[in-house]
Amino acid sequence: MGINGKSYIVGIYEHPCRAALDKTLPQLHAEIAKGALADAGLSKDDVDAYFCAGDAPGLGPINMIEYMGLNNVRHMDSTETGGSSYIVHVNHAAQAIAAGHCNVALITLAGRPVADAKEGKPVRYYNQQAPDFPFEMPYGPNVTNMYAMCAMRHMYEYGTTSEQLAWIKVAASHHAQYNEHARLRDVVTVEDVVNSPMIADPLHRLDCCVITDGGGGIVMVSPEVAKSLKRTRVKVLGAGEAPKHLAAGQVDLTYSGARWSGPKAFAEAGVTTADIKYASIYDSFTITVLETLEDLGFCKKGEGGKFVSDGNLISGVGKLPFNTDGGGLCNNHPGNRGGMTKVLEAVRQVRGEAHPKVQVRNCDIALAHGTGGLLGSRMGSATVILGNEDA
Amino acid sequence: MSTEQKNKINLVANSESKPYWEGAAKGQLLIRTCNACGKAHYYPRTICPHCFSEDTAFVEASGNGVIYSYSVTRQAKPPYVIAYVTLDEGVSMLTNIVDCEIDKISIGQKVKVKFNEAEDGYALPVFTSA
Repeated sequence: MGINGKSYIVGIYEHPCRAALDKTLPQLHAEIAKGALADAGLSKDDVDAYFCAGDAPGLGPINMIEYMGLNNVRHMDSTETGGSSYIVHVNHAAQAIAAGHCNVALITLAGRPVADAKEGKPVRYYNQQAPDFPFEMPYGPNVTNMYAMCAMRHMYEYGTTSEQLAWIKVAASHHAQYNEHARLRDVVTVEDVVNSPMIADPLHRLDCCVITDGGGGIVMVSPEVAKSLKRTRVKVLGAGEAPKHLAAGQVDLTYSGARWSGPKAFAEAGVTTADIKYASIYDSFTITVLETLEDLGFCKKGEGGKFVSDGNLISGVGKLPFNTDGGGLCNNHPGNRGGMTKVLEAVRQVRGEAHPKVQVRNCDIALAHGTGGLLGSRMGSATVILGNEDA
Repeated sequence: MSTEQKNKINLVANSESKPYWEGAAKGQLLIRTCNACGKAHYYPRTICPHCFSEDTAFVEASGNGVIYSYSVTRQAKPPYVIAYVTLDEGVSMLTNIVDCEIDKISIGQKVKVKFNEAEDGYALPVFTSA
């Protein structure tokens, strides 16, 4: 049973805060739920399915359902694939709605790494019982150097340059200038990026995403419920999810799990890369975008550097407008998890509600892709393709 | 406890990892291979990730390999080099490159294992120029 056309996104919300010193984590989830339901024109009592990931405190859905008073939930999912979780949730919610398990699904993400750091709380926690932990943690892997090794190898195999990677940040910054909530709103140049401090070779500070608090939410419903609402509905056309890892030591850092999640999503949606008017691409780092675009088939493997150059990702300038909210690189990467905001901006584009300066004309079909975990070791990749009513 | 001992790295030694650290302490880089399918894997597991056989064992690797990729963590004091090294036996492992001029490290460079002392009499395999 496929999901094409069997569910709609009818409500979204992106928390405007970027530092949440005065808010608790559950409070952020609830504010987001309230915002997304208000956008849809639904109430909390309409919600019969709830989705959250590892950012939700306690036992995830159990604690959050209680805290928010969601009294009619009959379907729960706390799939955790890191930052891509929320795109997986869209897929799972679409499947659950298509199967008749629920009619109104709520997905929330919230995080406060900025506030946690100020309060001296540990920002990240990684379980010692993870099987890789004993053999990897002694060597000092961190988020940046694990992505950096992918960039280093991609440069070695394909001649990709720091200047080409920089174009990805440049494009994001062009979009972020119009987003009043963006963490970074200054337009930057290729020179600004390559002259920013080296964090982990070959990634500079401006190759990295922002760290922000806040979060976002999505409301998905059955076609029957969607038709009863006034809000412009966005159809879920197809989705794919895939793990990718170190393959027992056969390491290849030049591609991501998008190589497998992408084709599944395209096949289910019945579209090709040529049909995609707008793409939200997970941008924890510039290299994440470059490898993902290749893996999704927007260009050949190894040609990502050329593809992203010269403003090709800038709305109104290039062939593939991406991350028109400013993305994780400039706007928001709440809780160090960027998958949610990828869906939100894709929904705005299909609705025609992105900022007028970055809105893509006739955006009937859009794609959102997430990369959770580490591009340099193990990750969960997820792709969703959305369309308007006629798509 | 002396300062020197305090600075030694504390490794997670469980039933699957302890023999690996003990081997390292004896100057051996161990990789796990499967007697059923004949393939090596990394990191070591009891059940073979290739064929799911339980007939796996540690064998000593040559300790030679090449750098598959690396990065210098510049903000650390002092900066350190993280890398994947592909061993001559065909598997790649996460490690550090040490005792090298950082700016002369390159992908494809030949490296050999050395062992850094760790807590509890264990040792950690790292790599240096061959």
